[in-house]
Amino acid sequence: MKARRAPRLRQLDVELTERCNNDCVHCCINLPAGDGRARRRELTAAQLDRVFAQAAQLGCLTVRLTGGEPLLREDFKEIYLAARRRGLTVRLSTNGCLLTPALAELLAAVPPLEPVELTAYGRDRGSYERVTRVPGSFARFRAGLDLLAGHRVPFRLKGVLFRGTARARRGFEAWAAKLSGARPELTLLLDLRHRRDSTARDRAIAMRRLTPRQVARTTCADPLFREQMKLFPARYMGPQGDRLFTCSAGTSVCLDAYGRLQPCLLLRDPRLSYDLVRGSLRRALSDFFPRVLAVRAENPDYLRRCARCRLKGFCRQCPARAFIEHGALDRPVDHLCRVARAQAQLLGWPLRGIPPITVDRRAS
Amino acid sequence: MNVQLTGTYRPSRDVVARKIEGEIILVPLAAGMGDLEDELYTLNPTGAAVWRMLDGRRTLRAVAAALAKEYRAAPATVRRDVLGLVAELARRRMVVAVPR
Repeated sequence: MKARRAPRLRQLDVELTERCNNDCVHCCINLPAGDGRARRRELTAAQLDRVFAQAAQLGCLTVRLTGGEPLLREDFKEIYLAARRRGLTVRLSTNGCLLTPALAELLAAVPPLEPVELTAYGRDRGSYERVTRVPGSFARFRAGLDLLAGHRVPFRLKGVLFRGTARARRGFEAWAAKLSGARPELTLLLDLRHRRDSTARDRAIAMRRLTPRQVARTTCADPLFREQMKLFPARYMGPQGDRLFTCSAGTSVCLDAYGRLQPCLLLRDPRLSYDLVRGSLRRALSDFFPRVLAVRAENPDYLRRCARCRLKGFCRQCPARAFIEHGALDRPVDHLCRVARAQAQLLGWPLRGIPPITVDRRAS
Repeated sequence: MNVQLTGTYRPSRDVVARKIEGEIILVPLAAGMGDLEDELYTLNPTGAAVWRMLDGRRTLRAVAAALAKEYRAAPATVRRDVLGLVAELARRRMVVAVPR
């Protein structure tokens, strides 16, 4: 197979719903499974098929179907087949609890061509259900996993590390590797609520975050990360100035459950979202996103710290995370700043000359 | 796979041909069409030209003759290449023989 030039639309993430059958303590988006108002606002299968057709025309090869829990959609089969019939490969992100023999047969007969991403919130009932807060969910997850394995549908496991569970990481990784044949992808940095809809839940999420040192120790324990960080920062790490969007936002985009197109899965600033029900993907990519994503930082604190910081390669600060934490695109996120410093320190990077953390009145 | 120059072939309904950045990429809809390394199948320019001519009416001999003329290539070489590619696609069930 030859290397391909990048298409105009690299990847499309589609949230089929924000509703979920679980009620995870750390979730940044979920609504109750029975939320009728949310369900009524969700895009129909026919609307989604039109989006898939546009995406295929723009050279998109892969669509990620995510949520909430995408399998909560009663018309999931129709949506999935619509994407595949448009010649898209599908990355399905699911908790697996709602997988049925019929769905597993579908995924075996019409393969997604990408491994199913299955999130495991723990490797036993106790640890799993302390996160999902739904009795019986671990048994349903295991049944879903067994269905995929039984039908030889390729999958990979993802996990989440919380404060207080970091020591269980090695056991979890070994368990996941045994089941899926690969190391699980671990979420170490928990996002607050993307829609900034609950300060109580934000507090609960912040309490469960690993400390910056725990994140740093976990990432730096990975030989691949250490190797990459030897090469990558030396070549590419440097202050990024006042330009806020330096990622793939706007070339890989995300459609929310209600038809708003966002620059990425995280960023739900209404000023940066596009009404795809009334517009088109082509117009969003060629006119809307290039214009709105050209925004520059103005916040003096950001300009003094992030714009001049040479630890950028370590730092997960981005406009989306700034918006989630502060409701502004250009405010430093102290938690991420501390993680970057801890990583740099562990890897022996001198912190001399790095602008100090001084201002953040809201706990992040 | 017994592929003959007298045979006629058409794309399978279990595959979607995508044109992305000038390349034809065959995206399978059914299981077992790809290989372990990559489920997708990318055609080079010559392969893409063959693919476009597999209309279920032209024989492979006619396809090869048209391509040899278009690319000013040795007919025997083109016939061998067409047979090789179509055999590979048939093995993967990406094309199906059309009974005459």
